Amino acid sequence: MNLQLTQEQEMIVGMVRRFVKEEIQPREINLDPDADALPEADKASLVAKVKEMGLYGLDIPSEYGGPDLDMVTRTLIAIEMSQHRAGLYTPCYGVFGGAGLAQLYEATDEQKDKYLYPTLRGEKSGFFGLTEHSGGSDPARAIQTKAVKDGDDWIINGGKIFISGADKADYGLVFARTSPDRGRGGVTCFIVDTDTPGFHVRRIVHTLRSARYATELQFEDMRIPNNKVLGEVNKGFAIANDRLSRQRIPYSAGCIGVAIAAHELALEYSKIRETFGAPLSSRQSIQWMLVDNEIDIQHARWVTLEAADRAQRGEPFRKQAAMCKLVASEAASRVVDRSMQIHGGYGVTKDFPFERWYREMRIRRIGEGPSEVQRHIIARDILGESLR
Amino acid sequence: MSIRLDKPFQTLNDDNVAKLSGNLGVFQLADDKDKIVYIGYAGGKSLFGLRGEVDACKHMQGASQFRVEVNMSYLTRYQELLMVYISDYDRVPLHNDEQQTRQLGKLSPG
Repeated sequence: MNLQLTQEQEMIVGMVRRFVKEEIQPREINLDPDADALPEADKASLVAKVKEMGLYGLDIPSEYGGPDLDMVTRTLIAIEMSQHRAGLYTPCYGVFGGAGLAQLYEATDEQKDKYLYPTLRGEKSGFFGLTEHSGGSDPARAIQTKAVKDGDDWIINGGKIFISGADKADYGLVFARTSPDRGRGGVTCFIVDTDTPGFHVRRIVHTLRSARYATELQFEDMRIPNNKVLGEVNKGFAIANDRLSRQRIPYSAGCIGVAIAAHELALEYSKIRETFGAPLSSRQSIQWMLVDNEIDIQHARWVTLEAADRAQRGEPFRKQAAMCKLVASEAASRVVDRSMQIHGGYGVTKDFPFERWYREMRIRRIGEGPSEVQRHIIARDILGESLR
Repeated sequence: MSIRLDKPFQTLNDDNVAKLSGNLGVFQLADDKDKIVYIGYAGGKSLFGLRGEVDACKHMQGASQFRVEVNMSYLTRYQELLMVYISDYDRVPLHNDEQQTRQLGKLSPG
């Protein structure tokens, strides 16, 4: 792996960094500190600018109209995009566009026409329905939602929890058990329209994120035609698993971006804030916090870029993805905590972004698989068969 | 926490509003028949929290009562209250902006 950024990568990173500083951060001043959306007119004008920059739909594969950037470059961009108050969960307020649910790129042509292309055009949105009350980290065992064959259809009963965006979505990917005794080999992924009779969003699940919520879903005798199976019957686990590994890389990049933003504020503040006649930066206790921030950020950055590099080259990257998710979420939590400490009383007010980052970063050690599950994945990888 | 804000309403007058805290949270205004006419929130930008926001709505047409809920998740709670109202009545309250429904999700609380 070459540690030197290419000229093109440096140019793109610089362009996105300027965009965040000049277009995103100034607009946040007038928003609620917990806001996760820009006024529609602002968003439209920024989307137009991103399109001019050639970076719209970053994660869309080039054969579907994406800008054809490699995984390392996209990770570098993701690190830049999250360097603002709302950046952890709404990097640049979505003006770089989304790529839809990655699993749909493996869908049939008919399914792509109905779900993927309208999503890429911004006409439809989908949700990813995996986690249930019984758990989310071990889908092979936790999935209790059942799908039973009835003629050419499937009847789905059960529920999901902690599902983002289901109340606003047009469709979703719902994982259900189709063979009760086959563990991971008995799970199927269905594409479910949210206007299907029996589909209910029962409640909002409030979390530490004040602007975004999760939802709880209930399925009551939901009839789904067989042509809505994504992939093959009983092969849904592979679809879920691939997504979980792949998603860990941008997830880590978001943590790193926020850590960088917090650290930069702390550096700046430590130079201007005086106590007992000298700036904070002259105190060894503060210097060491800043040094530890620097080390945490560098560490997280390199393991994340390494995971991206391996994924790009088509090499196995499950261990590296788990490691970068673990390192980045924990390191960034420490960086935000130290930076908040350096800011003293101001650090915990809504006048500064730290309190939002502090709350939201806490979720990052649980979301997309908690730290303990990442360690479990790494242990399985390095111990191999001896663990079983 | 109940999905609906179900505590009793208080009369919307200077004395009652002055007793409100400056915390962040959500509130509902209602007419004499307990019909909700507005759902609002006191967010991180509000100078005097719930007290300031309810006070600013004191002269809203038809509003004679109010109730509040201190809640740090004021944005998601605000959206939730609007979605529950829409689920019940198929529209937003009288003084809320109809445009808001475009950004709201659909809830069927059951």
